Amino acid sequence: MEVALFILIALVTVVSALLVIIRKNAVSSVLFLVLTFFCLAMLYVMLGAQFIAAMQVIVYAGAIMVLFIFVVMLLNLGTDQKWEITGPVRKWMGFGSAAGILLIAVLAFRGMQSPTTEMDTSIGTVSSIGETMFQSYVLPFEVASVLLLAAIIGVVAMISRKPVDATTVEGGNES
Amino acid sequence: MTWLDLLIAVACVAGVLGFISVVALVAIWTERKISAHIHDRLGPMETGGFHGWAQTIADMVKLLQKEDIIPDAADKPLFKLAPYIVLSATIASFVVLPFGAHLIGTDLNIGIYYLVAISSLEVAGILMAGWASNNKWALFGGMRSASQMISFEIPIGLSLLIPIMIVGSLSMQDLVGAQAGGFWNWGVFSHLPFAMIAFIVYFWASLAEVNRTPFDLPEGESELVAGFHVEYSGMRFAMFFLAEFANMFLVAGVAVALFLGGWHAPFSFLEISAESNVILHNLVGFFWFASKGMVLLFIQQWLRWTLPRLRVDQLMHVCWKIFLPFSFVNVLIVSLWIVLTQS
Amino acid sequence: MIDYFPVLLLMVIVAFMAAALLAITTFIGPKRTNPDKELPFETGNLPTPGNARAQFSVHYYLVAILFVVFDVEVAFLYPWAVQFKQLGLFGLIEMLVFLFILFIGWLFIIRRGVLEWK
Repeated sequence: MEVALFILIALVTVVSALLVIIRKNAVSSVLFLVLTFFCLAMLYVMLGAQFIAAMQVIVYAGAIMVLFIFVVMLLNLGTDQKWEITGPVRKWMGFGSAAGILLIAVLAFRGMQSPTTEMDTSIGTVSSIGETMFQSYVLPFEVASVLLLAAIIGVVAMISRKPVDATTVEGGNES
Repeated sequence: MTWLDLLIAVACVAGVLGFISVVALVAIWTERKISAHIHDRLGPMETGGFHGWAQTIADMVKLLQKEDIIPDAADKPLFKLAPYIVLSATIASFVVLPFGAHLIGTDLNIGIYYLVAISSLEVAGILMAGWASNNKWALFGGMRSASQMISFEIPIGLSLLIPIMIVGSLSMQDLVGAQAGGFWNWGVFSHLPFAMIAFIVYFWASLAEVNRTPFDLPEGESELVAGFHVEYSGMRFAMFFLAEFANMFLVAGVAVALFLGGWHAPFSFLEISAESNVILHNLVGFFWFASKGMVLLFIQQWLRWTLPRLRVDQLMHVCWKIFLPFSFVNVLIVSLWIVLTQS
Repeated sequence: MIDYFPVLLLMVIVAFMAAALLAITTFIGPKRTNPDKELPFETGNLPTPGNARAQFSVHYYLVAILFVVFDVEVAFLYPWAVQFKQLGLFGLIEMLVFLFILFIGWLFIIRRGVLEWK
């Protein structure tokens, strides 16, 4: 039962991840990305990491998705965007980067063993996460806020660099 | 998993679905009656005899017979999928609402956080509908709706933190259980006036979350003709409509569960203890939960016909410059209070 | 994990129910189409020329990224809120530092006036 459910979810995850890169239309790519994230959250639930699963849905399937859609709307990509690099160079670049990712994956997973002990299902609860994060990992937690601050400063700098283009539709004529 | 587990799960799911359908039908009817009476009209009077109570049912039957129009220019798969996503995200949130001591779909360990997570998926459906329709008004409505919903999710998340901090759990039944014993123990009245502020912020922000007046710019009839669902007709439109009204009850239900005592009665002598009769205990709990939710639903509808619509800059001002700092300070003060009085 | 079974069940049932309703409506509903009916609805006029998927203002992007930042922040607050009675004053000071850094960010946004929709 559990194995069958895992295989089903994993299959959907892989197929929707593939569709993210296969689909030509940027918006439907983003929506398949949401499906991928949602399936990942289900896999987290199966592993007992409930809080991480909910966070995955909130931050990735919710927030990042909206961000991506707004970026697509901002850049206004047509469906028939032409690549600047064409011909065999492009093909070799694709193969090269795929091989690179494969190499990294092999290096990362080398020597890893599947856990032999029974899984502790309490590790995924909120209270155990709170305990660990605010006692053992205080510094990374505080540094995360600096990272978020950097994101705020970056976007403000980007926005205030030039005034809003008069040809953009929403917002320009609102108030 | 045993057969009994499966049976209980099916019963829970059936109960949740049944409740949503009934509440949506009632809410649509009350919306029409309330708007009518505020306008000094009568509203639906004919269908079903008594004050047109069967009007929504008749509307549903009519919508079933409507043609399912999909515009040529629309992105067909996304256009068809969008109402599903909005509806299932809304309905899946109801699983953790505590209707009674045992009347809950499933009491998850991360209860309220799960609810926030699942209902944030609705934005995906709305953006999908707006984009796939290939209509300028739909896209404007979808984008506005999304930006408004995500903006107000932050004050909502922060104000829900207050009861969580007081109780120290995310499970819905734990949060409700801590408010037993009479209305002075309810979440709103603890740590006065800070939990009250959190409740008020939550209530207003949730109006924006469900696109209700005064935050109904995404659906502004007079400028965007209906927002993201302008191209939808028949049953697909009905699905959006059902989701909207179910959502209204959902945000009211969360407010009731976290701030207004959940299924507890205002006075403990109005409850039947679980020891004497479990079934009656649950039914009375359900009555209190549903009636408190209905009162909040009534206030939502009352506000709709009373307040004018905000402008988009006013909306952003309210969210980022008033609600956000207020709720942050609120969280800090309550945490300081709890830590200082604890030791 | 068994707790999540009703969630899965509900999603499956909702999908089936909606599919059934749509099947009924396509079965009993009329199907009379014409080119005018398939046009985008713009209050009865012919659609204004130009692609409906127009370019949007950068303000939407700003709102989205601010949402991501503050959403992550709120996500950090939830485990803290559950656990902070056990963590005591130390946890509170930790969170104060965290929130203070983000408060600087918020102040920066307000002072630069990027949230004003002009």
